[in-house]
Amino acid sequence: MWLYIAKRVLYAIPIALGVSIICFSLVYLAPGDPIQSLIPPDASDEDIAAIRRLYGFDKPVVFQYFDWLARAVTGDLGTSLQSNRPVLNEVTRAFGNTLMIAVAAVIVAFVLATIFGTLAAFNLGKPVDKVATSISTLGVSIPNYWMGIVLVILFSVQWRLLPATGMGGDGSDGFSWFEWDQARYAILPMVTMAMIPLGVVTRSTRSAVADTLSQDYVQLLRAKGLGEGRVVLHALRNALPQMLAVMGLQLGYLIGGSILIETVFNWPGTGLVMSRAILTRDIPLLQGTILILALSFVAINLIVDLLQTLVDPRIKRS
Amino acid sequence: MSEMTTNPSLAVPAPGEDVPRGERRSYWGNVRERLRHDPVTLFFMAVIVAAVGTAVLAPWVAPHDPYATSMLARLRPIGTEGHILGTDELGRDMLSRLIWGARTSLLMGILPVVIAVAVGGLLGVIAGFMGGAVNMIVMRTMDVFYAFPSVLLAVAISGTLGGGMGSGLLALTLVFIPSLCRIAETAASQIRSLDFVDAARASGAPVHSIILTHVVGNVLPPVLIYASSLISVSILLAAGLSFLGLGVSPPTADWGQMLSSLRQGIYMQPLVCALPGLAILIVSLSFNLVSDGLRQAMDIKA
Amino acid sequence: MMNFFKLTKATVAAPADPRDRGGPRQPMLIARNLRKHFPITGGLLGRTVASVRAVDDVSFAVRKGETLGVVGESGCGKSTLAKLLMHLVPPDSGELIFDGLEVGARDGLRLRDLRRNMQMVFQDSASSLNPRMPIEESVAYGPRVHGMGRAQARAHAISLLEQVGLPARLFAGRYPHELSGGQKQRVNIARALALDPRMLILDEAVSALDKSVEAQVLNLLRRLKAEFNLTYLFISHDLHVVQYISDRVMVMYLGEVVEIGPVERIYASATHPYTRALLASQLHADPRARVTEPPITGDPPNPVNPPGGCRFHTRCPFAETICSQTAPALTPLPAASEHVVACHMADPASGHTRAGAQARPGLVPSAFADTPGPDRTSKEGVRA
Repeated sequence: MWLYIAKRVLYAIPIALGVSIICFSLVYLAPGDPIQSLIPPDASDEDIAAIRRLYGFDKPVVFQYFDWLARAVTGDLGTSLQSNRPVLNEVTRAFGNTLMIAVAAVIVAFVLATIFGTLAAFNLGKPVDKVATSISTLGVSIPNYWMGIVLVILFSVQWRLLPATGMGGDGSDGFSWFEWDQARYAILPMVTMAMIPLGVVTRSTRSAVADTLSQDYVQLLRAKGLGEGRVVLHALRNALPQMLAVMGLQLGYLIGGSILIETVFNWPGTGLVMSRAILTRDIPLLQGTILILALSFVAINLIVDLLQTLVDPRIKRS
Repeated sequence: MSEMTTNPSLAVPAPGEDVPRGERRSYWGNVRERLRHDPVTLFFMAVIVAAVGTAVLAPWVAPHDPYATSMLARLRPIGTEGHILGTDELGRDMLSRLIWGARTSLLMGILPVVIAVAVGGLLGVIAGFMGGAVNMIVMRTMDVFYAFPSVLLAVAISGTLGGGMGSGLLALTLVFIPSLCRIAETAASQIRSLDFVDAARASGAPVHSIILTHVVGNVLPPVLIYASSLISVSILLAAGLSFLGLGVSPPTADWGQMLSSLRQGIYMQPLVCALPGLAILIVSLSFNLVSDGLRQAMDIKA
Repeated sequence: MMNFFKLTKATVAAPADPRDRGGPRQPMLIARNLRKHFPITGGLLGRTVASVRAVDDVSFAVRKGETLGVVGESGCGKSTLAKLLMHLVPPDSGELIFDGLEVGARDGLRLRDLRRNMQMVFQDSASSLNPRMPIEESVAYGPRVHGMGRAQARAHAISLLEQVGLPARLFAGRYPHELSGGQKQRVNIARALALDPRMLILDEAVSALDKSVEAQVLNLLRRLKAEFNLTYLFISHDLHVVQYISDRVMVMYLGEVVEIGPVERIYASATHPYTRALLASQLHADPRARVTEPPITGDPPNPVNPPGGCRFHTRCPFAETICSQTAPALTPLPAASEHVVACHMADPASGHTRAGAQARPGLVPSAFADTPGPDRTSKEGVRA
């Protein structure tokens, strides 16, 4: 097992390097001279020359990459063209906001999916199962950005219960889930986000619990007169590692894919930063955000894998 | 079925005896037969056919010019005389725009998956069949792309390229290649170890012939099952990209982009503004359910 | 005596074949010092930490027109040997000579031509046919690859299916899942014959079949052998089947050949203790004659680290010090030069206390002294 853990950690390194290569080449993908995308349009000739030197555009691409990588490792991801602030600061501020709703969304989805999935697994083929399965199919088919708009129409436009967009007066500094004044801004984005993993996790919970229920030993427990409540606990405990793995992955997807929902709700997270960077062609900011998001996805994957190995060492790994 | 006797003459049926042909059915014949008994899948297949048909026939089906604006008839409600589904923020007929929008939305849903099946499937088959260093290089490269959540990768590529249909197509294709490649690789490497591939090698067949004749046909079902589920994802992602302003440029109709531009009207005509999303939902749901049906129909041995 | 005629008939039949090159005395196939070790990787960097010695320095010859049976426990390297002979797995070292031509050598036989001349029937009838292909196409595939036209290949396939007892009218368009195990194996045989080979390698070709079906397929194989003038290498773990179909038998243990000899000598007077243990362990048709005590105990040793000296010494009831120190070479028995054994007890000069006791001269049928052989055995099993 320890060998596997060591291998898994080592394996994450080339992946992270590959990710950095892709992020680096994005600048070259951008139309036009790469230097154009890195400098403000009103920059003077001296500025341009300075940036050219700074980025080493006079050197071969491979050297440029390693220069860029060396700077990225020390936390220097360049400067945002719009705000003139270091990219790293912009991203980390926003990252906290995204993480806040993503984690809450995952927890909500996890609780709901556990209930739906377990109910469905205990009533395979019955109406309850059909409803739960339909919800999960709907969950994976629904455009979540549209669902956000629908929620805004209902809760903000029709019933005027919750604010439609933004993060409230205090912004991310004063935010707390325990103060209604702040939390009410986060509810709609969080609920919309929770819909994304709901379908997938309900499905996997259903199949994991149903698997456990069909095992001989569970049949035996039942035959011995064990209460249904205890059987549920048994089934859930066995399904847990698999569910955790799915949840971990989903958290990664939510953080990486928050752009649509954050655009709908104007939630000041990484997605909104990216959205803004795309509209203003702020390539350094875009590149930095993508790098951080992708690396955090790699890290989450790694942690999920390791946790799963620790929780259930029997899982065979190649 | 009982073993035939060694004497061939005994196995030949008497003249005139009817030879049962009904059971002699290929894999695809079996799949078709199973689908015939699945009304849900058939219904949603019909929905998809209708949607695609409407999109193809848009110039003849749409009641109005999708680009004809009218400052006077802006954001009319559903059921308005002459505009059965209302009008948008520039007074254009919603039904016509939805019909025209189906063209780009469906195209962006289907085309990237088709290209990705071809490219990813081929890479996977080669990697799986060759094994060794080829496999290493291909699959580790795929792992790197796997390290991006799909939305992030699509936005990253499309966003840096500055949006537009071409970059969206490229972005979505690149998003789907790794997973298709991985599925094809798994299937191909399993097939590689089966005796009929050894038998083909033993008959002196060149590698390309073995791959085309023996591997591709067996890799196809799992790849197609998975690809059919990707179409729904692709439609959602493509609409999402154009919702972000990375899709087709206005005034071309596209569901995602309509959804985005109609957001300013949600206080006046919330129902009209929800329509493009509903269209996306119906189509994506249909593809998802058909994909489930196909999975069940195709998940058979032999 | 029966066997004498069988052998003679086979050796006489061979020269009639226009494809013949080397003449009747040239063996169809000679394998010299074939070796295949599979590396085992492990550790953090995936280094090779050990290797499975699947086939270790194996030499033998298959005569024209004969059936050479190959027996041994599972894991002894029989199937790897089959794949090495077909070059489905490249050998680490060793050479193959087909009818006098060295395979892969510059002036020898090209791999592609070897595969025309030598075909293989696989054990697992389920996985050896492409499930998405009608069997007729599976049979026609080989000829198509070798340039035969579509219609001609199809006609050829249909006639072969008829010859293996599958009337084309009923079977040609069927898919493998519409056939029984025995029928699938018939298709496999038809496919192996499609390139008009001179030799077939039958790797556990009947092992997965029911007993009644097995008998039918064995009879089919006998008939085809005569009709197509074939030479067989018949690999099986079933000693009854091997006895029934073989002219000579080769016994393998842990990747090595321990004994080769004419079938009646092997079954009547096996010399290697392993062969005798194998024979003693087979289920006798007569319940009173069945043994209740296992003749050999324990599992075969791990082929990753085979024991030094004679590989069988860990399980041999007669093992002595010499057995764990020196590996015995394959040596012809003084009484029957056709019969070669790798055992110290068969070698009077080995120093084993029972040396010489195994070579019981009186038992050799006189007919065997007359069959041509001594010059050939030097090529076939004996190490220099």
